[in-house]
Amino acid sequence: MFRIALKMLFYDSAKYLGLVIGVAFSTLLINQQMGIFLGLLSRAGAIIDDIPEANIWVMDPGVKNLETVFPLRDTELGRVRGVPGVLWAVPYFKSVAIIRTATGELESATLIGADDTSLIGIPPEFVLGSPEDLRRPDAVAVGRDGFDKVWLGEKPSLGKTVELNDRRAVVVAIIKDSPKFTSAITFYTRYSQALSYTNNGRNQLSFLLVKSSPEVSPEVVVDRIHTQTGLLALTAADFRARAVQYVIDNTGIPISFGTVIALGVMVGVSVVALMFNLFVLENLRHFAVLKAIGTKNSRLVGMVFLQAAVVGFVGYGLGLGAAASFFEFAGRSPNFAGFYLPWRIAVASGIVAAMIIGLASLVALRRVLVIEPAIVFRG
Amino acid sequence: MADVTDFDLDPTGVARTSVLTDTTSLNSVSNSVAVQCKGIVKDFGAGQTKVRVLQGIDLDVRFGERTFLVGPSGCGKTTLISIIAGLLDATVGSVNVLGTNLSSIRGGRLVDFRSKNLGFVFQQFNLLPSLNAAENAAVPLIVQGVAYRRAIVAANDFLEQLGISAHRKKYPNQLSGGQQQRVAIARALVHQPRLVICDEPTASLDAQSGHAVMEMLSTLASSPDRAVIIVTHDSRIYSFADRIAYMADGQVLRIEKTPE
Repeated sequence: MFRIALKMLFYDSAKYLGLVIGVAFSTLLINQQMGIFLGLLSRAGAIIDDIPEANIWVMDPGVKNLETVFPLRDTELGRVRGVPGVLWAVPYFKSVAIIRTATGELESATLIGADDTSLIGIPPEFVLGSPEDLRRPDAVAVGRDGFDKVWLGEKPSLGKTVELNDRRAVVVAIIKDSPKFTSAITFYTRYSQALSYTNNGRNQLSFLLVKSSPEVSPEVVVDRIHTQTGLLALTAADFRARAVQYVIDNTGIPISFGTVIALGVMVGVSVVALMFNLFVLENLRHFAVLKAIGTKNSRLVGMVFLQAAVVGFVGYGLGLGAAASFFEFAGRSPNFAGFYLPWRIAVASGIVAAMIIGLASLVALRRVLVIEPAIVFRG
Repeated sequence: MADVTDFDLDPTGVARTSVLTDTTSLNSVSNSVAVQCKGIVKDFGAGQTKVRVLQGIDLDVRFGERTFLVGPSGCGKTTLISIIAGLLDATVGSVNVLGTNLSSIRGGRLVDFRSKNLGFVFQQFNLLPSLNAAENAAVPLIVQGVAYRRAIVAANDFLEQLGISAHRKKYPNQLSGGQQQRVAIARALVHQPRLVICDEPTASLDAQSGHAVMEMLSTLASSPDRAVIIVTHDSRIYSFADRIAYMADGQVLRIEKTPE
């Protein structure tokens, strides 16, 4: 009977294709939009992720995220270092810089200044060059995606010069870093060098990066820093969550993506339900014939569910494949760097696809179950 | 043959048509009776919209015979065969088919009974357009759980007997009306049912095809342990009947046995 069910399904190829496309479209929208949404959220905490050495971030109590920074006094570094349980603390500079690209265009870039001695604050993975190269005058490192954006179409290479806030900088290293929320281009340099690019004088300390002693939990050290200095201290995980939450609460991104995802689901449900209903309606007489001949309702239910499952499976597969292809190809562009398809989203969209097709088949199934087999005798 | 038609009232006040023949007792189902209908009443709707389609029908259909149900449109022929097939319930009365009282079996058991014992030929053929001729003919066996390949082999045998084995891989839309009806006959007989119910089997065919179809139906369906009921308007095929039940206004008016 299942062979008959499949033949019935494939016979009307236009309708079958419509059903599959409906599910595929929904799956693609859900995965693509959710992937980009989560990618954007992950960018909100990308800088934190790139510094695995520090497990505590210290900042002005008014700071809500990584983008809105209020400088600390230089003396805070010594106070934090004096808090029991602090293994080490280093300064961290973060600012926005204007760069002039090789073609003369202006671009906004993130400028990171890491501790001069330890270079903590610079992502550890170097594509070209080495940390030691950053100790040279005017030396900066650039993120891999940033390089592609500034020097479009060129192979990664060192020695390139760029105007950073109207001052000369030489690229001595290329780093593998995470894409940031505000800019795809990030330059990394020593703390003292970064200050020279800003010309804003003293007290340019954006954050303090802290590592807690192994014998003391980071949460305890966080409390101690806050109590003893009055500064806001957060574990890396808490700061990341706070940065992500800020994006959720203060931008239209969730609403925008949520709307598209909801529309994708709604369009999927309506298109698939309508077409599946139509498919069953057109085959209603044939189901009645099968009923009259002696097919039990349970078998008919199985046939309809099999048809629905095949549509759902093929549609989901195509949609997921399309979404994966999107991230594969779009991800090669610096603008889309870091966006990916998390497996949880793929699973969630599979559940949504199953719900869509399940709902559609339930609506259609009702017709099959109530159909009077005696209609087969009507002309 | 001395058919007598008399009228009496059943407990529901229904005017009941009793058709008594010289060979059939209505009080017991003899071995020769395949279908016995007693006092069949069928109402559609309720209250003021209630329509009484069958007005208390008694009818016996015997093994080894082709019983024709004839009469004008709307006289209740299709409703009667639907009740005999277990596709509709009678409002009043009992139907005994192949020794089984249909009202005593319900749901899955009734469906199983239909699947094993009944074959159908429809006016509009009702072939599944997505299946080829052999697959269509094999459907009753597949429904019974016979393996696909075995069912197809059995269906091909029937299609060969019906002279259309060359078309076994064609789909219904590639077959003429006569060919489609032959496939439908193969489907009705492939599982060796003991009761074959045909609804206007020649109505959609030209005279020549209709005659050919009836000849095949007569040859293949006729068997001492099988009964055939044929509903028809087509007087040209009355010669294929063993007995003809004339219906009008939901009643069987008379039954005639056709000469040998």
